[in-house]
Amino acid sequence: MNALASEIVRDTGAVSAADLARGGHFSGTIGDITTPDPRMVCREVNVWYGDKHAIKDVSLDIGNHQVVAMIGPSGCGKSTFLRCLNRMNDTIDGCRVRGSITLDGQEIYDKGLDPVPLRAQVGMVFQKPNPFPKSIYENVAYGARIHGLTNSKAELDALVETSLRKAGLWNEVKDRLDQPGTGLSGGQQQRLCIARTIAVSPEVILMDEPCSALDPIATAIIEELIDELREQYSIAIVTHSMQQAARVSQRTAYFHLGDLVEVGETTQVFTNPRHKLTEDYITGRFG
Amino acid sequence: MNNPAPAATAPPPAPTARRTIDIVNASLKRRYAREARFRFMGAAAVFLGLLFVGILFGDIVSKGYTAFAQTYIQVPVYFDPAMLDPDGSRDPQTLANADYLGLVKASLRKQFPLVTGRPQQRELYALISAGAPQQLQAMVRQYPSVLGTTRDVWLIAGADVDMLVKGQIDRDLPEADRRIKDSTLTLVDQLKTDGRIERRFNTGFFTNGTSREPELAGIAGALAGTFYTLALTLLLSFPIGVGAALYLQEFAPKNRWTDLIEVNINNLAAVPSIVFGLLGLAVFINVFGVPRSTPLVGALVLALMTLPTIIIASRAALQSVPPSIREAALGVGASPLQTQFHHVLPLALPGIMTGAIIGMARALGESAPLLMIGMIAFIVDIPQGFTDSATVLPVQIYLWADSPERGFVERTSAAILVLLGFMVVMNLAAVLLRRRFERRW
Repeated sequence: MNALASEIVRDTGAVSAADLARGGHFSGTIGDITTPDPRMVCREVNVWYGDKHAIKDVSLDIGNHQVVAMIGPSGCGKSTFLRCLNRMNDTIDGCRVRGSITLDGQEIYDKGLDPVPLRAQVGMVFQKPNPFPKSIYENVAYGARIHGLTNSKAELDALVETSLRKAGLWNEVKDRLDQPGTGLSGGQQQRLCIARTIAVSPEVILMDEPCSALDPIATAIIEELIDELREQYSIAIVTHSMQQAARVSQRTAYFHLGDLVEVGETTQVFTNPRHKLTEDYITGRFG
Repeated sequence: MNNPAPAATAPPPAPTARRTIDIVNASLKRRYAREARFRFMGAAAVFLGLLFVGILFGDIVSKGYTAFAQTYIQVPVYFDPAMLDPDGSRDPQTLANADYLGLVKASLRKQFPLVTGRPQQRELYALISAGAPQQLQAMVRQYPSVLGTTRDVWLIAGADVDMLVKGQIDRDLPEADRRIKDSTLTLVDQLKTDGRIERRFNTGFFTNGTSREPELAGIAGALAGTFYTLALTLLLSFPIGVGAALYLQEFAPKNRWTDLIEVNINNLAAVPSIVFGLLGLAVFINVFGVPRSTPLVGALVLALMTLPTIIIASRAALQSVPPSIREAALGVGASPLQTQFHHVLPLALPGIMTGAIIGMARALGESAPLLMIGMIAFIVDIPQGFTDSATVLPVQIYLWADSPERGFVERTSAAILVLLGFMVVMNLAAVLLRRRFERRW
């Protein structure tokens, strides 16, 4: 049904009765919002910051072992949507979320659901590298420590090493694990944050513009890393860089003013956008 | 000829442009003059402030430094067994109750056999402090073997002699205007020529409780009281204050009630401290029956007074911790409490400690609320715990400043010096702790 609805190509200028009832903004997303093997399923998600309607009826699947890129101009709600996926918006005053988001069939906005274990399953990497002002070792070990994932010091050491290896940082820091994580370079800090995230073995990793504070070389390393991580995790990434979206993702979702305008295979969205807004954005006419 | 004139040979700039720079130049002098005036006023204010501080310190130090020395007089004392231990039993009880005042008087009479007549002898006895008998008693208790021997004992001089030796009493005044009679002057001069008068470091000032006699009065009791009171104040106000700040800043819902609480906490910081003393009297002493005059009730009152300072400073410190740290911790699945205790609180700690030490420094200097809860009592004994009657340093200063004796003037100033010393140490500690725990992120 949803897939059917999303297949409808809207007529320009035609406003349905339902649109009017919602206040005139358009509904329906172009392209296939579903994937055959979804990890997270979001249906008709709405978010309000106080009176501001930040996300309007967004439906999207996050596929297994897939990278979904979310692009769009500033303020389009892509970061807000990402933060809904592990309930980080709970910490913001006056933020309300309506709709359905499930992780492996479990509704994450259920009253009884505890966001703490959810965030262990859905990890997050932030825009600005934010390592704890502790040692590199402690940064990676922290999640495992609080969740009690390891039983011995040796296990914890092994976990720290595997996580740092997966994040491609091990060789650079193995001799100085006791030094503060804040002393690393920006790109290393961001990889440290990724290592910290994967140390708790999440199922989904959310990345909120992970490279926006990094130089091109560090960015390239992170992008490679994302591609490797895809084999084990499902990844949703928000980015301002369309080249990055094209490089790392399999599916791309274009957001505009709180609406999800178009979703599709990345190659299709970038080579053959179906909506006028998407086309204007990726050809650089605005944004 | 077909090209227009190049820019270099263009006519001079339009008159409007010239006028702008003229206007600017004309006003420039006035603007700089205004700045110079402001700078001068600032510098003058700083200079004036430093001058007053200098005068204050100069006055206190010049009045107080003499209190750190004490005059002693050497008197040969014959520990007469017939007088101290008539039945020869060497019973400690008998020795303790013997007439040591009589012993002092007898020794003095023996040293100055020429002084006769009751008024003259009374002056003679005034050479030596009223604390001298206790001095001899302690000697006999410690070394009973002195009985039957004659020893040269350095006894604490009386307050007037002490003042005379320290030059606080002017010899050139007519006798009638002077605390010390001419006859005493001759006695003191004779002792001086005999080398039997001496000034030593005044250890008693730091080891004695207060006393009616200035030469015996010390700050040990007040210091102990201050220590117990402040320790308990810190123990009560720091955890409660930090906890309250943490709850209000990070956990409490933002609504009208929490806004009201916030406004009230800010107002409480400005409430006159004596009001807290009244509250302590009405609630802690009268309702809950906490023993009065004790460090316990003093600490309860001072903790209430310090709480707003600590809460406000802690909230500001918590607020300055970047939200990215909270997100990082929440993002790996830390519970909100773990986020606060593992990450936010350690980063906010320097600011919190600065606030706490400033609050404690204020509590250290506070006397008004303590007057209301009976800590103004005259207490000679050094308090041994939280429920012993006690007084604190600022109250002790207040009490001594009220005393008319000349000897208390220098002791008041000396006690102020000690208090200021503690203030400096505490503020220094605040700075050092800040440096030590400050971390960058």
